[in-house]
Amino acid sequence: MKKKEDDEKTGQCQCEHGYTRRGFLASVGVGAMAAIATTSKLSSAKEASPAELSAEKAVVVTLLVNDRTHRLLVEPRWSLLYVLREHLGLTGTKVGCERGECGACTVLIDDLPRNACLTLAVEAEGRRITTLEGLMQGEELGPVQQAFVEEDAMQCGYCTPGQIMSVEGLLRARPQPTPAEIRQAVSGNLCRCGTYPHIVKAAARAADLKAKR
Amino acid sequence: MKDDERDLYFVEGIAVPQTPLPGEEPAAWGKTTVIGQRQPRVDAYERVSGTAVYPSDVVLPNMLYGALLRCPHAHARVKKVDISAAERMEGVHAILTGASLAGKVKWPYSEEVVTDLFDAQCRFEGEAVAAVAATTPYVARDALRAIAVEYEVLPFVADERESLAPGAAQIHAGGNRFKAETYERGDVNKGFAEADVVLEEKYRTACEIQSPMELHGCVANWEGDSLTIWESTQGVYAVQAKTADILGLPLSKVRVIGHYMGGGFGAKLQPGKYTICAALLARKIGRPVKIFLSREEAMLAAGNRPPANMTIKAGVKKDGTLTALQFSGLGSGGAYPAGGTSLLDWLVRDLYVCPNVQSELTDVAINAGPARPFRAPGHPQCAWALEQMMDALAEAIGMDPVDLRLKNVPLVSQGREGSPPYTTTGLSACITEGAEAFGWREARRRTAAARKEKNHLKRGVGMGSCVWFVGGGRPPSTVIVKLFADGSVNLNMGASDIGTGTKTVMSMVLAEELGVRPETIQIEHADTGSTQYATPSGGSKTVPTESPAVRSAAIAVKQQLLKMAAGELGSPLENLRYTGEYIEATDSGKKVKITDLASLKKQGVVVGIGYRGPNPEGKVVNPFAAQFCEVEVNTRTGEVRILRFLGAHESGRVMDRLTFDNQVFGGITMGIGLGMTEKRILDANSTGKMVNRNLHDYKLPTALDVPEEMVSLPVDMPDSEANNTGAKGLGEPVTIPTAAAIANAIYDAVGVRVRQSPADPLTMNRLLAEQSPEERS
Repeated sequence: MKKKEDDEKTGQCQCEHGYTRRGFLASVGVGAMAAIATTSKLSSAKEASPAELSAEKAVVVTLLVNDRTHRLLVEPRWSLLYVLREHLGLTGTKVGCERGECGACTVLIDDLPRNACLTLAVEAEGRRITTLEGLMQGEELGPVQQAFVEEDAMQCGYCTPGQIMSVEGLLRARPQPTPAEIRQAVSGNLCRCGTYPHIVKAAARAADLKAKR
Repeated sequence: MKDDERDLYFVEGIAVPQTPLPGEEPAAWGKTTVIGQRQPRVDAYERVSGTAVYPSDVVLPNMLYGALLRCPHAHARVKKVDISAAERMEGVHAILTGASLAGKVKWPYSEEVVTDLFDAQCRFEGEAVAAVAATTPYVARDALRAIAVEYEVLPFVADERESLAPGAAQIHAGGNRFKAETYERGDVNKGFAEADVVLEEKYRTACEIQSPMELHGCVANWEGDSLTIWESTQGVYAVQAKTADILGLPLSKVRVIGHYMGGGFGAKLQPGKYTICAALLARKIGRPVKIFLSREEAMLAAGNRPPANMTIKAGVKKDGTLTALQFSGLGSGGAYPAGGTSLLDWLVRDLYVCPNVQSELTDVAINAGPARPFRAPGHPQCAWALEQMMDALAEAIGMDPVDLRLKNVPLVSQGREGSPPYTTTGLSACITEGAEAFGWREARRRTAAARKEKNHLKRGVGMGSCVWFVGGGRPPSTVIVKLFADGSVNLNMGASDIGTGTKTVMSMVLAEELGVRPETIQIEHADTGSTQYATPSGGSKTVPTESPAVRSAAIAVKQQLLKMAAGELGSPLENLRYTGEYIEATDSGKKVKITDLASLKKQGVVVGIGYRGPNPEGKVVNPFAAQFCEVEVNTRTGEVRILRFLGAHESGRVMDRLTFDNQVFGGITMGIGLGMTEKRILDANSTGKMVNRNLHDYKLPTALDVPEEMVSLPVDMPDSEANNTGAKGLGEPVTIPTAAAIANAIYDAVGVRVRQSPADPLTMNRLLAEQSPEERS
């Protein structure tokens, strides 16, 4: 990893074109606006020009979630989190604050950990979305999930999906992270039960498991 | 499961305890083979795969989404609620207001104080004013915004220290004083006269919010006159009882389900107004309704740890004998009686040997959300004061803090009438073994030597110890264990697993007793419709309450199997040995595989019922702990970094070493929150409103705030007098001494006493700036 100061200046993390939590928060307003204004991203061009798009008026959106395509009618104001949980039944993604502060809703968008609560469903069109369920290999747990079981990296388990997705995102960018990188990577995922020591151990174990597979 | 294991659920070759004769208490376990091992959670797969359905995950066909309109003022009277615009909105299906309920639905804030569900008098910001149900949560929130409420804004008081001042806003007709308690033993004045050193100091801990990651809420659905509620709760039977009572329903018609839940820490022991609103809305519309609070609502209205203002005066002789402790505490559980000073003086009364103790507690009203129990009510606050005072006394008489505590370890519970003895106490062992493993004495020498160095990074070590008021568990609890013809086992238990590993520990108890593998056990739990009665999972009581009942049920199963085998092997009961997979006759040498027992095959299942027996009479069952930490204080920035932590905990028998350690780390992490990062801030001067009502401004500890080095040192002391598994509770003691230990370490590092929590950089900078030049090094 490069210098931490670089991240804070730009809001970008060294790993490709990723975001730190702070940078992500600062840029999300822009992202949301851009998505509403960019009708080219919406499948239903008939739905109209940017000026006519209202928050409540449903539009058709095509989402690629866990390698499956879903065509859905959504209101442009609906968050990806709400659509995943209440419409697609993918409740592995949890809701903790709906403000990008707790990380319970972390999913991967094009391999990068993102808060599904701060991502509009329309904004996610054309992106590759991976949720906790998408890490499963059939009935088998993925390596990060397996490591979380072995190291008891959970208590109530509610923040756990977000922690797992943050670790998965980290390992996709940095297959052999240092403990400091792990702690940084999950620092946007609050765990009120306080299982952090086990989470850090699980992330290291997951890196080993992934290397072996 | 591998093919060759399919018919074999038993672990081969393990010693299984003998079944006692009927009516006899089972003997304590000797050497255990499953209990005490590192067993991963039996429901871990569900939790990491996304297949565990938490109440907030429940989506029912035709379901609507509810939301509560909340008072934006600290204190106000609702004059008029206009729902005409909201009612006309597309997608809005029902609206409930104070007027529409016509005072028919009551909400008991306490036994004495009962208000309307939507009461005209809103005594805190976030009080419920109306509820809506709509097609989506977005429309529901639109509807809330469309409801026009006319408020008469009233004077407020938001600081408990101002609550009893002349001219303070009156929250209740009877005044702002809820409760005043006093306690006295011996004669403190005599004690202070005998002391060589007397110190007096004021301390304060800020109000904390429980903040479980899963928000408070439920899904309610009616089938005819039967109500089913999926609630994120620590106790399904407690939710059932209060909901049935408020709605005037028979208990049998209210089913509460809470298989998984995302944390509670005391804030989910009871239903909320949202539960009642969801049920009322669902009944009105005839469709299921889901209500989950927002984080902001939870922070305002779903519980907190009351702020505590404490004065402590202590006398000690030069040899470390405590002669007197005098304590006064002022707290507030918010706008309604909610235990604002609950157990606030307990450590002063009970933790150390002291013949002369006096305390007084005053619980007052402020215009803020009602408190709910928060992990070890009163204790971490009292530890903040008492444990810092112990260190100050130790310094004053030139004694090591560890030695001063060891000098005053009690064997009886002095705080209780008649000073009954503890069944066991590991307090000395926790302090001694903890100090040894931490390298306490060497560390103290090192930090003392380093203090003279010119360096802006100062290191210090600190410790704290504790007892937890309860933690022994108690009746009632009933569980049912079924052993099927193929040898697999089902446990039916009403208790919730709130993340502490209850299900895993119970599986281990069954495995230990019946010789089956933990992962072959299926557990049904936390459902008033289909599982047995249990009290809520709180008070560190679930393992010591449920595990003895589970063991008894397993023994009941074994006794029936032995009876079957006696007939089939033709040997008397006393000559039979249960070995897990087989039952052997010691006289004839014959043995029968349990799954081959003809009676079992015919009967299909053997059912064992276990009841939780009483606790030993005249004795007290409490867990104990001592924690140690090392910190580094940056005297230029005021930042405190915790370098390492060690928790030495005696909670009777260690049941699952893996979940035990996890709990210890979790409790320490939460204690770091109290000590370093967390405080509810109310705008006491101009609005009374909470200003940090989100997880950005209200700081929970993150992975970067906990030390890399955390050590859990179990002091394994099976308590055979307490119950038949020898277990005591762990969930609460783990967070009691943490913040105090940090404060003591900060003092050791820089000579600054942090009297008010949290020790955040702002506070530290102020305290460091106040230091005189000679104190600074």
